[in-house]
Amino acid sequence: MSASAASTKSDLFTYTLRQADNSMVLCQRLCEWAARAPELEEDIALTNIGLDLIGQARSLYQYSASLCDPKVSEDDLAFMRDAHQWTNLLLVEQPNGDFADTIARQYFYDAWHLPFLEQLTRSHDTTLAAIAAKSVKEAKYHLRHSSMWIKRLGDGTEYSHQRMQDAIATVWPFTKEMFVADELDLRMLEAGIGVDLDVLKRAWESQVVALLISATLTKPIDSEAITGGRQGQHTEYLHDLLAEMQVLPRSMPNRQW
Amino acid sequence: MNSKENRTTLSAEELKFEELLASGRKIEPRDWMPDDYRRTLIRQIGQHAHSEIIGMQPEGNWITRAPSLKRKAILMSKVQDEAGHGLYLYSAAETLGADRTDMLEKLNNGKMKYSSIFNYPTPCWADMGAIGWLVDGAAICNQVPLCRTSYGPYARAMVRVCKEESFHQRQGYEIMLTLCKGSSEQKKMAQDALNRWWWPAIMMFGPRDDQSPNSELSLKWKIKLFSNDVLRQKFVDIAVPQANILGLTVPDTDLSWNEDTGHYSYGEPDWEEFFEVIRGNGPCNKERVSNRREAHENGQWVRDAAMAYAAKRAKISLSQAA
Repeated sequence: MSASAASTKSDLFTYTLRQADNSMVLCQRLCEWAARAPELEEDIALTNIGLDLIGQARSLYQYSASLCDPKVSEDDLAFMRDAHQWTNLLLVEQPNGDFADTIARQYFYDAWHLPFLEQLTRSHDTTLAAIAAKSVKEAKYHLRHSSMWIKRLGDGTEYSHQRMQDAIATVWPFTKEMFVADELDLRMLEAGIGVDLDVLKRAWESQVVALLISATLTKPIDSEAITGGRQGQHTEYLHDLLAEMQVLPRSMPNRQW
Repeated sequence: MNSKENRTTLSAEELKFEELLASGRKIEPRDWMPDDYRRTLIRQIGQHAHSEIIGMQPEGNWITRAPSLKRKAILMSKVQDEAGHGLYLYSAAETLGADRTDMLEKLNNGKMKYSSIFNYPTPCWADMGAIGWLVDGAAICNQVPLCRTSYGPYARAMVRVCKEESFHQRQGYEIMLTLCKGSSEQKKMAQDALNRWWWPAIMMFGPRDDQSPNSELSLKWKIKLFSNDVLRQKFVDIAVPQANILGLTVPDTDLSWNEDTGHYSYGEPDWEEFFEVIRGNGPCNKERVSNRREAHENGQWVRDAAMAYAAKRAKISLSQAA
């Protein structure tokens, strides 16, 4: 294998892992809602979204794992890495808070994730393109679901309006990271594999502004971007999340479950 | 209408009801039915729905800690199915004139019951295996006959519920099988879970036939098709060989194969414990109900917002139509 092919393989591994980690961490957050949602139908909906996300994470981890040498499994990637090895966006690891906080986090991610996947369906990497094509259908539902709740809570009661407005403000600083392209993003874009985050940013902003207006909400004032997730610099929340998620395989390694 | 005519009309209705029952056809929501039949069904279907909803908790407890991605996805689906079963069943109860909000209110304030099995804790991953294998296994024995119960909407809901329960039972048994093939520590986890869940599962069928006051009428109305003890025996006969395959020991010293009856003989459960748990003194009664209440109360502002939003939308579309 030539040096450039090796580096491409390692790039592809990391690029895929980033998407897998996003889906996995957000899924884990949604799992925390089990039997706690405001209504039975919503319990089912949040689990649906979580199930889509874990399905995506598994496809992506399996693909990442196949690019590793020596071979690892999807479970090794999910359960045996420490927080500093996780490459998800900081947005998705933010705690559930109340229902408005969960919906704000979900909506900002969904509004980014859907166009991300739509671009990825055109990737030169056929596996990533295929996974994206399957995930697009799911992400459309996720965005429809979270958009509806932004409207219901934003334009519902006075109390829900305030809750939604506060929730948006809380996660807003974490949304910037979704559009910060690093060297890897640029290399993958150039290779025709990755997504153009600048294009995504414009699509995201126009969609978000339109929805917030229709939900009678105000776009928060821009502040400094909080970044570092892709480099393994996470908020404290991820450590707790992983401690819980990984407890069994870590306490009894090399076992079948 | 004088009272004599009234009685005649009622008799005709009763007659038709009896005929429907005897012919094996279903009683449907618009058919006349005795008040007690309606009340019994609302109580039973409501309790069943509540059991599904409360039953989400002991397993929901392990979703965030499931030890592999495959197990996590399965457990999420299973707990989601339970919410779905709750919905079908509340809908079936609503065809009898009950109201879901009202039933949930009664669950939250302790006026309606749910299956006592969910008042036991799940401290260990192997409990996910034991619940699927034994609790869902026992539920299937109870529920498969309910697919032929006399009330149409309940019977149809149960057809769907049973299909999913069968998947739940198999995934649970597969967890046990994997643990039993694993390290000695894993096998110990599996044995411990069997020790804790065996007797509660045996008691899921309810009191012995001679102690079960509601059974006779339910059998007459074909709401129930088999007695508690018949179903319990069926479960024991299925579960014991399954335990043998796992290489685990059923915690019943009186358990033995009876050549004469062609069934397993089994010991007497601790009925005092059973009634204590029903009275609300099980290990997790308070926790399960208070979690449920908390979720409901925390969600009130969200439900209010959804209603307010829907009302605003309706007003706008009305003014646009005008």
